[in-house]
Amino acid sequence: MTMEWVNAIVQGTLLGGLYALFAAGLSLIFGVMRLVNIAHGDLIVMAAYLGLTVVSVLGIHPLLALVLVVPLMAGFGYVLQRAVLNRTLGDDLLPPLLVTFGLSVILQNGLLEVYSADPQKINAGVLETASVSVAGLSLGVLPLLTFAVALAVIWGLQWVFYHTALGRAFRAVSDNQDIAQLMGLNRRHIFGLAMALALGVTAIAGILLGIRTSFDPSIGGGRLIFGFEAVIIGGLGNLWGTLAGGVILGVAQTIGAKIDPGWQLLAGHIAFLVILAIRPNGLFPRISA
Amino acid sequence: MTAFLQIDRLTKSFGSISVADDLSYELRKGEALGVIGPNGAGKTSMFNLITGTLSPNSGRVLFDGHDVTRLGAAARCRAGMARSFQVPQPFSGMTVFENAMVAATQAAGLRGKAAERLCLEVLEQTQMLPKANALAGGLTLLERKRLELTRALCAKPKLLMLDEIAGGLTEGECRSLVQTIKDIHASGVSIIWIEHVVHALLAVVDRLIVIDFGKKIAEGEPKAIMASPQVQEIYLGIEADA
Repeated sequence: MTMEWVNAIVQGTLLGGLYALFAAGLSLIFGVMRLVNIAHGDLIVMAAYLGLTVVSVLGIHPLLALVLVVPLMAGFGYVLQRAVLNRTLGDDLLPPLLVTFGLSVILQNGLLEVYSADPQKINAGVLETASVSVAGLSLGVLPLLTFAVALAVIWGLQWVFYHTALGRAFRAVSDNQDIAQLMGLNRRHIFGLAMALALGVTAIAGILLGIRTSFDPSIGGGRLIFGFEAVIIGGLGNLWGTLAGGVILGVAQTIGAKIDPGWQLLAGHIAFLVILAIRPNGLFPRISA
Repeated sequence: MTAFLQIDRLTKSFGSISVADDLSYELRKGEALGVIGPNGAGKTSMFNLITGTLSPNSGRVLFDGHDVTRLGAAARCRAGMARSFQVPQPFSGMTVFENAMVAATQAAGLRGKAAERLCLEVLEQTQMLPKANALAGGLTLLERKRLELTRALCAKPKLLMLDEIAGGLTEGECRSLVQTIKDIHASGVSIIWIEHVVHALLAVVDRLIVIDFGKKIAEGEPKAIMASPQVQEIYLGIEADA
C-alpha cells in the first residue's frame, strides 16, 4: 500500500521533469525580456510535429532527430523574435500578449492544415516500454531519461547565465535595457538569441512529449498552462525553482490520479492555487514581480 | 587639425522646450573639455545626443572621422564612446566584476582572459578591486560612482563622457576621484566632463564651454571663462538657490 504512494510520488517527480522542460523556455524568455509568450505551448506542439516529420522522412530514431529539430526551432526563434516580437516590446505588456496569442491561433491552424486533427505519436521503439527495477519500483526508462534531460538542460541554462559572456549579456539586458545598449549590447540581437535558446529547449520538450503521449494540434494550450504553473510555483526568474515547480505539479497530478483517475489535472491546478494563495511570488522567487 | 568629436549644429526640442539649440563645438584628440551650465540647460541631453540615446531634430555628430548621427547607441559605444551617469545606474543584480565584464566583452570586444585582465586592471585603478564580488545593488554612493567610471573604462573608450561624477562626494573622495580622472586623461583618453563641482573640473580640463537653454554661450580657456561676467551671473544664480 505505502509502496503504491511512493510509486505515485516517484512517477510524478519524473513527470515533473517534462513540465520543467515545458517551463524552462517560458521562464527564460520572461526573465530576459519580460515577454509572456502565449504561443509557447503551440511551439512545443510544433516541435513535436517537426520531430515526427523528420523521423518519418529520414527514418531515424526520434532522439537523433533532435540534432535537426533543435537548430531548426532555434533558428525559427531567432527570426520570429527579430522579425515580429521585437516590434511588440516596450513599456506596455499588452502588445506582446496579443501578438503571441495571435501567433498561437496561427500555429494551431497551420498545424491543423498540414497534419490534420488526427492524434499522432512519435515512435521510439523499445525506449517507450523499457523499464528498470529500482528498490521494488518499476521505473520507465523514458521518464528517467526525460528527468535527466531536464536536469541537464536547467544546469546548462544556469551555467550559460552565470558563466558566459552571453549569460552576462542576458542578465544585463534584463536588468536595464537602456544602459545595456550604452555598453555596446544590441538588445534586438540579444533578445533574438534568448528566443533561439528558449525554442531550442522547446524542441527537446516537444520531442519528448511526442514520444511519451499522442498529440494533436489542439493540445498546446494545456502544455502552456503546465509550463506557467511550474514557473509560477517555482518563482519567477529562478530556473532551479522552475524544476521544483514542475516536480510539485507532476507529483500533485499523479497523487490526484491515484485518488481518482479523473482528478489528475484538477489536483495539479489545486496545488498551484494553494501555493499561489500562500506564497504569491512562488516558492523561490528571484525577480520581484 | 581635424576634430576627434565634432558636434555640428545639433538641435533637439521636446515641444516648446529646447534642449539643444544650434549647438556646435569640437573636441581634439586627447583633449579634456569641461561643460558647465545651470540645471536644465541641456547638458545631459547633449550627452544623450552624442551617445545616441536621443536622436536630434537636425544637425550631425561626427566621431573619429565618421558621421555617427544615424548609428544606434550600441554601435556608437563599440566605436569607442563610453559615459557615466549622473545618477549611477549599475546592473544591480550583478556583481561589480560582472558589470565590468559586460563592458569589456560587449563594448571593448575582448574575450576570456583578456577581458578579465582588463577588468582587474581598471578595478585596481578605480580602487574598486576590494568590492569586485559585491552585488552592485548594495554599493554606497561613492562606490556606485566609481563603478560607473569602471564600467565606462572597461569599454576601452577613446572618448569618455563623465556626467557630474564628483557631485555628492566629500572633499577627500573628490580629490582621489580627480586624481583617477587625471591619470585616465594622461593615458590619452579624450574626455568631456559635465560638472557643477567647478574646482574639480578646473583641475583636469584644458578648455571649458558654457551651455544655457541648449545654446553654447561661451567657450575658451577655463580661468578666463570662469571670470567672465556672464558665467559669474549664472553661477551666482545657481549658488544662491542651490
